[in-house]
Amino acid sequence: MTKEEADNGRDDMVIDVPGQANAVPDGFNANYLRIYYGKLFPHADMFKWMSYGNDGKHPGCDKSYFGRREFSFTLENDIYIRFQSFNSVTELENSIKEKCPFKIDIGPVYSVDPAKRHAYAQSGDNVFTPVERELVFDIDISDYDDVRYCCTGADVCLECWPLMTIAIKVIDTSLRDDFGFNHILWVYSGRRGVHCWVCDGKARRLTNEQRAAIADYFHVYKGNENSQKKISLPGLVLHPFLARSYTEVLKGFFEAKLLPNQNLLASEERYEKILEMIPDASVASELRRRWQENKRASMSKDDINIVRWEQLKSILQSGKQKMQGLRRCVEEIVFSYTYPRLDMEVSRHMNHLLKAPFCVHPKTGRVCVPIDPNNCDEFDPTTVPTLSQIWAHNSCDVFTWQLLEELNRGGLRQDAENEWDRTSLGESVAFFRTSFLQPLLKSCKEEIENSYNAKLQQSKNDLSW
Amino acid sequence: MEVVQSHRKSSSNNVIVSILPLYRSAPPLEVRLEDFEFFAIDRLRVLKGISDGLCRGKKPEEMEKLVLDLWKANMRHPQAVEEVNKDIISHFVLRLVYCRTEELRKWFLSMETTLFRHRFRWGSSEAQRALMSEFKLPYKAVSNAEFESLKDKLGQVARSMGQTLAAADAIFYKVPFEEVPDLVAGRRVFIHKGHAYVAINQVVSLVVTQFRSYLSKALILTNRKWTSTIREQEKDRLTPIVEALCTSYLGPDYSQQQEFGEISIKDIDQVAKTSFPLCMRHLFEKVKEDHHLKHGGRMQLGLFLKGVGLKLDDALAFWKAEFAPKVSAERFDKEYAYNIRHNYGREGKRTDYTPYSCQKIISVTPGIGDHHGCPYRHFSEENLRAALVRMGVSSRAVEDVMDKVLNRHYQLACTLTFEAVHGSSCDAGINHPNQYFIDSQRVLQSKNGSVA
Repeated sequence: MTKEEADNGRDDMVIDVPGQANAVPDGFNANYLRIYYGKLFPHADMFKWMSYGNDGKHPGCDKSYFGRREFSFTLENDIYIRFQSFNSVTELENSIKEKCPFKIDIGPVYSVDPAKRHAYAQSGDNVFTPVERELVFDIDISDYDDVRYCCTGADVCLECWPLMTIAIKVIDTSLRDDFGFNHILWVYSGRRGVHCWVCDGKARRLTNEQRAAIADYFHVYKGNENSQKKISLPGLVLHPFLARSYTEVLKGFFEAKLLPNQNLLASEERYEKILEMIPDASVASELRRRWQENKRASMSKDDINIVRWEQLKSILQSGKQKMQGLRRCVEEIVFSYTYPRLDMEVSRHMNHLLKAPFCVHPKTGRVCVPIDPNNCDEFDPTTVPTLSQIWAHNSCDVFTWQLLEELNRGGLRQDAENEWDRTSLGESVAFFRTSFLQPLLKSCKEEIENSYNAKLQQSKNDLSW
Repeated sequence: MEVVQSHRKSSSNNVIVSILPLYRSAPPLEVRLEDFEFFAIDRLRVLKGISDGLCRGKKPEEMEKLVLDLWKANMRHPQAVEEVNKDIISHFVLRLVYCRTEELRKWFLSMETTLFRHRFRWGSSEAQRALMSEFKLPYKAVSNAEFESLKDKLGQVARSMGQTLAAADAIFYKVPFEEVPDLVAGRRVFIHKGHAYVAINQVVSLVVTQFRSYLSKALILTNRKWTSTIREQEKDRLTPIVEALCTSYLGPDYSQQQEFGEISIKDIDQVAKTSFPLCMRHLFEKVKEDHHLKHGGRMQLGLFLKGVGLKLDDALAFWKAEFAPKVSAERFDKEYAYNIRHNYGREGKRTDYTPYSCQKIISVTPGIGDHHGCPYRHFSEENLRAALVRMGVSSRAVEDVMDKVLNRHYQLACTLTFEAVHGSSCDAGINHPNQYFIDSQRVLQSKNGSVA
């Protein structure tokens, strides 16, 4: 929807919310947040997700499961409360509505209800320890500041956002094809990055060591501001994972998009960064010489970056190059600009808290909506609905709003769904359900049933003489 | 509980017994008390030998040979069943010994894992496969058809590590990826749909990880049992043995003179220069300089000289002469002679005292006016460097020695000193001052063809 529509809508009705000015400010607003939690935040879906099928309907269900999950709330004024836990969807929903947290983080499932953690001593068998936690990844575009010239820090635009898209493609493909995971949720973090939640049972039960191993498998970019060589690809050939990432995603993106859009070879300052990565000084000098000569000439209609890249490639990949380090130089350059830069620490430990999907980012007001990895090229962070936009679009008078509250309290969700339908949030929730939640729950149910039947069989076997 | 795998036949053709126990549970065997101690000591020799080899930075191939030699020398038995029993019993005894502190557990875990790795590697591939099934590792051998379809990818992985995929490597195992975190982390395997395709040579890593993880948990449990029941129950029988074992010196005690028979008093000056280790050189120099030594120094040097071959009469003469400027002959006979005779087992309960091992010497802390103890441990860096230079150690070797000292490997420092001074290697490492002396004399004799 456009701003015009929103404006027109507003002219016709009265919004009577306490303390509300007539203008609808952009971005984040605590009052809107309250209404968001009241009407639009998908409490029931989050509950179903976090229950992983343990809804009590099957005898094999673990009724304590949801209650052992840690949530943490960040309230207004940066007050932070950890180890929140709830035993039902109602408890969860009421607490969120009452406390109106600016941020909700999800932690692990512990061995016991986090609220009772102090009763358990450090040593001994009854320890308070995480037992399940999704495998998570966090990618932040501010980690790419050295390769994007359009924005820095928390800003993001359509020129540099594709770096996130690339990261999603590389990691998502690997998680499915290599690691065999199926239930993967990618979420926009609300400002400048993406989160990934891998929710298969096997993933949730990984130990810290195993998580670290997966993080290390993905760890290719090893840079900080002090290291010069951030990507090192030794070996005669690339590991199949790296090779596939390169040929299917990184190479194409680098050559067709990043290179021209960020003008990586157009100016001396920028091309020096690439020339620095060539271990053979004579090759680098040769290219430098050529490019310095051609500064003003526009020989062809082709983009200067692409022309120069071709020159670079043809020198480095020509059969004449014997030097060991040059073998993979082209790939190393492409990887260092485009390969996903993960936050390793987030993935390694079970007890790392991560922001919940469908939260609202306090700085931008944008909702943390899921991203479809199969269509991630089309995702545009600048058009993700913000709180104020949702509210403005969701125009209705107080009377209707109060009615909805009544209906909601009665557990009737239909009108809320209609609310969703009228916003783009509806699409997000629908996507969440059909692509992620439903297949996940189906799989969980099967797992619970199978495990239960296996136990039954086992006890039958034990009883037999 | 599991019984020892006595149903397995050992191949009589193999030099090495193919049975490799997993130490899952203490065997229901009766053990004689002597065997309890002796078996443990033999195994401890192997573990300490491994520790020594690792400290010295031996390469994997050298370690492999070392472990094999150590095993053959200490644990071998003509009858396979006896060997297995000794293997298992000694392991469990040492578990008791080394479960008691975090540091001991770490050491034991590290050595036993290394031992296990090498013993696994030198087993036949049938033995290896059998062992893998014992671990209930969820692996499957990859069928030929599957191998063919994946050959390119598997070859790619191999080449990415600088290896090739020979026909012999066509044996691959398919394991859930989470079983081989190290291989996944290093991208050293091909993974597909949650399965890692592990080459046969990588299987060792799989198995060893399981072994290590199991033993680590077992040690904690053993410690609990030890602290809560065993130590008290066994305080008159096993506990003293267990507590003594981890600090025991395991070499010869040098109380009887062996190859070189006697050293007479006139030889001492000469051999002190050429064949005494630094600790004894220092004491010797001091006694010459000060005409006195305090009790600790007299014991350490005196017993050493006894081990070197100095007879009682010569010893008495030596000390008397050295002390003469400060101690009259009568006073010497009254105050010092008795102790010397005591050391030689001629007085009191007639114990023939054994010369101190490095372990013992390193453990003492000399006080003011003392000169005993281990100089590598107690000398200041400056003094140590000067002493080494006086011994004739080259400046490059001095650096190597100082490096060992900094890392608190005092015996290795002494070993390197030996090697630098004599120009030949000392593979066994120095564990006893008298061993230093004997090895030194051996080297010099073979060079000069005469007693140095």
